[in-house]
Amino acid sequence: MSGWRLAHGGLIDRSRPVFFTFDGRRLAGFSGDTVASALLANGVDVVARSIKLGRPRGIVAAGTEEPNALIAVEPGLALRRATEVELVDGLAVRSVSGRAPAPAIDETPSEHVWHHADVVVVGAGAAGLTAAQDAVAAGGRVVLLEGGHAAGPLPDGLVDAADFVFLPRTVAVGRFDSNMIVAHERRRGTPGANTAARDRLWHIRARDVVLATGAVERPLVFADNDRPGIMLAGSVGVYLQRYGVAAGRRAVVFTANDSAYVVARDLQAAGVDVVAIVDTRVRPGPTADAGGIEVLSGHVVAGTTGDEGLASVLIVPRDGDADRASPTVVEADLLAVSGGWDPALRLLAHTGARLRYQPSAGTYGVTEVPPRVRITGLAADVNGGVGAFSTLDPVWLVPAPDGSLDRHFVDLQRDATAADIRRAVDAGMRSPEHVKRFTTIGTGNDQGRTSGTNELGVLAALLGTTLEQLGPTTFRTPLVPIPMRVLGGPYRGELFDPVRTTPIHGSHVAAGALFENVGQWKRAWAYPREGESFDDAVLRECRAVREGVGIMDVSTLGKIDVQGPDAGAFVDRVYTNRFSTLKVGSSRYGLMLRADGMVFDDGTATRLADDHFHLTTTTGGAAAVLDWLEEWLQTEWPDLRVRLTSVTDEWAGVAIAGPKSRELLARLAPNLDVSAEAFPFMTVRNEYLSELPARIFRISFSGELSYEVYVKSWYGRALWDAIAAAGADLDVTPYGTEAMHVLRAEKGYVIVGQETDGTVTAADLGLDWMLSKRKWFIGLGALDRPHLTRPDRRQLVGLLPDDPDLHVPEGSALLPSGGLGTAGNVTSSYRSAALGRTFALGLLAGGRARIGSRVDAQVAGWRVPLDIVEPVLWDPQNERRDG
Amino acid sequence: MLLISCPWCGPREEIEFRNGGEAGVAAPEPDAEPTTDEISGFLFFRSNPKGSFHERWNHSHGCRRWVSLTRSTITHEIESESQPTGRFRP
Ligand SMILES: [Zn+2]
Repeated sequence: MSGWRLAHGGLIDRSRPVFFTFDGRRLAGFSGDTVASALLANGVDVVARSIKLGRPRGIVAAGTEEPNALIAVEPGLALRRATEVELVDGLAVRSVSGRAPAPAIDETPSEHVWHHADVVVVGAGAAGLTAAQDAVAAGGRVVLLEGGHAAGPLPDGLVDAADFVFLPRTVAVGRFDSNMIVAHERRRGTPGANTAARDRLWHIRARDVVLATGAVERPLVFADNDRPGIMLAGSVGVYLQRYGVAAGRRAVVFTANDSAYVVARDLQAAGVDVVAIVDTRVRPGPTADAGGIEVLSGHVVAGTTGDEGLASVLIVPRDGDADRASPTVVEADLLAVSGGWDPALRLLAHTGARLRYQPSAGTYGVTEVPPRVRITGLAADVNGGVGAFSTLDPVWLVPAPDGSLDRHFVDLQRDATAADIRRAVDAGMRSPEHVKRFTTIGTGNDQGRTSGTNELGVLAALLGTTLEQLGPTTFRTPLVPIPMRVLGGPYRGELFDPVRTTPIHGSHVAAGALFENVGQWKRAWAYPREGESFDDAVLRECRAVREGVGIMDVSTLGKIDVQGPDAGAFVDRVYTNRFSTLKVGSSRYGLMLRADGMVFDDGTATRLADDHFHLTTTTGGAAAVLDWLEEWLQTEWPDLRVRLTSVTDEWAGVAIAGPKSRELLARLAPNLDVSAEAFPFMTVRNEYLSELPARIFRISFSGELSYEVYVKSWYGRALWDAIAAAGADLDVTPYGTEAMHVLRAEKGYVIVGQETDGTVTAADLGLDWMLSKRKWFIGLGALDRPHLTRPDRRQLVGLLPDDPDLHVPEGSALLPSGGLGTAGNVTSSYRSAALGRTFALGLLAGGRARIGSRVDAQVAGWRVPLDIVEPVLWDPQNERRDG
Repeated sequence: MLLISCPWCGPREEIEFRNGGEAGVAAPEPDAEPTTDEISGFLFFRSNPKGSFHERWNHSHGCRRWVSLTRSTITHEIESESQPTGRFRP
């Protein structure tokens, strides 16, 4: 119980007491306190037990560098630092010792903000405020970021400035290319309140960035340097000045620079008994004014004693082994230490600037600043080695009288000591990156703020090298931890990814469809009836198409409109087969390859006019195909007079498939001659269908007589419902994507992305007949590469399990019959109503030559024998497509 | 996160763009009959310099046009004006 609240002073509001609980204890503080300042004021010494050794730990710092005082904030148990959490009435927090409890999923809304500024100033200390005033005076748009909450009132000139944004409680967590500052703003509000965005992630594009980020104080590494009551001297000063809290009653100050002298004098003035200033230097600096306090220059603290808190400090001369045996013992409950200061310049390292040890400054800093960045204030002074905060002769390791290192703590959060660094060195490690990972120093959520430089100092001492030889480990974004939900921002739940539904979606829902995701689309998967299993529904839907008539929503197919005088030449170049000779009103199946010759997409192209083609793509490939075609058109063939337009969403489509589809179409379009002669396979007609203007394609993906009818998308549901009504007596059956997959697989039609994976050629699929020999196309030149013509390439085959009821899972490995090694894999596998058995498609090494022989599939650890057959299992002579 | 200047739209955030790799790599001419070495060079070989790199970006969430610029692969600094990516022939 050593800390206490002063009667006066600080930026807190003593007229507004605030009550909170810490581990269930009800405590009081004032408005303006942090949890940490209130705990100190209440005399709470021990705030945690250390992660490995269970040693008592107290508050060390006053800002984001605090390694010990982690707390979980009720109700969600979000992990925070006590030094950063503002006290509000009713706040309930728990101490965290080592491992934090798993926080609840936090639904608190957060948002992302994009902003542009002439000048972003990071840090609202005196230097930051001055920089902001200057920038505002110069007439720019200025943003001032301050990580803390207790910055004083804004000075005149900023309060009413136009085009000036002041963001307190906002930590700049990253600086990215082209001066992009990303900052996390914690907005004021009741913890747990779910009403408005409590966090904002700012992305600020700045012309100029001013870093007024200050400096971080380093502890000193000596035996038992981790006891509660041992604090950073500058932080002791912050608690005094900002919160009116004295961190102890009887203090020793241990420093290697002049900055701690001010703290010693301020403590003395506040009524704390400051016993001595222990200065590592024989000759303290020019600003070291002790104000009458005894100074032990050229001395060090070599150890401490105590039980839960600090009891006494052991002081010895810095150089003088003889005196080590009998140190001066000074009773104290507060030891304020300052090993030196590091400029807070990690933001520069995010974009690749290297911080290097500057002997003239006694710290890691930069000699060159990136363009359009300026460092000012304390950060600049410490970086340049000027002023009271500079530590020109740092002491990295104070030896213990017994030579031990295992209570010389370097990283308090990780409970890692100089002995751990010694072990790393003994194991042969030299690189700081290796030592960091071996010792875990610097890997806590404080990211080694107070331990990183000391680690390198101890390492250099143990290796007998200099710090110039040891670069700091890599500093990555974010500078301080930010919750994942803030990175996610509003893009969660239904805003995470758009859901695309077709104009006919409502009819599928009404019919009880199950849906599957295809890209962002919801596609009707199957329509199980009451009490019917999914598998039985698929078999029934397949049977309807083979024996009667089925209808399917094909609106999701990608559609690209190609227009222009060179449309024919363009389409010839992008498909493997020839289209420029296609007659107006006719369609052709087309295959697209990537430049490396692998199958990219397939679909049909229909010529609507001499200079007008309508291309369809796979549902999932629509965007990629348009991008691909645009890329060639813009970057390789700008001379072609062609324009491409995505019309996927313009048209809703329904496939009418099965032997009775002609009869159904005739009822709907009485003016259309639907005979096979008048409306042949692979042609298109424009006709009114149930009074809706429609494009009707005679096209088939099932092998049956089949049509695809397209109308403007707003007529889609009317079309579907009209077809369903007109075909009621024909038992017209909606079928989903699963039945469609079965039907096409029975015909040996491949699905790009299922039978192909980017390593499959047209020849592998048996589609080499589609490769025109009389014209150029994308991918042609790559097809002669030796690897693509090997006879043992994996080729498409049909596969029939000996057991006609056995369904071989898709993806199963194929093994040589009775032999070892993988020879391929199953790509599609279904139960077939038409075949009365299960069947599969697969890619098999040298497969075409092996048709008629046998192969094994590996299923659940067992070998299952299969017959290798032609991939077309249904109607190989195409006798059914004319009905 | 780069700030990329689009010749059509002005300076825009990198997330509006898709990187298109090295610029100035000529695709085979239609009707050309490249050797296997030539086609492999086009498909698989890029200069990958340490320093100035001439590269392509597609303003995919903007005007959808392809642009080319020079960027330092060391500092990420964009060193040139952006230009529409035109047909490249060595
Ligand atoms: Zn653009």
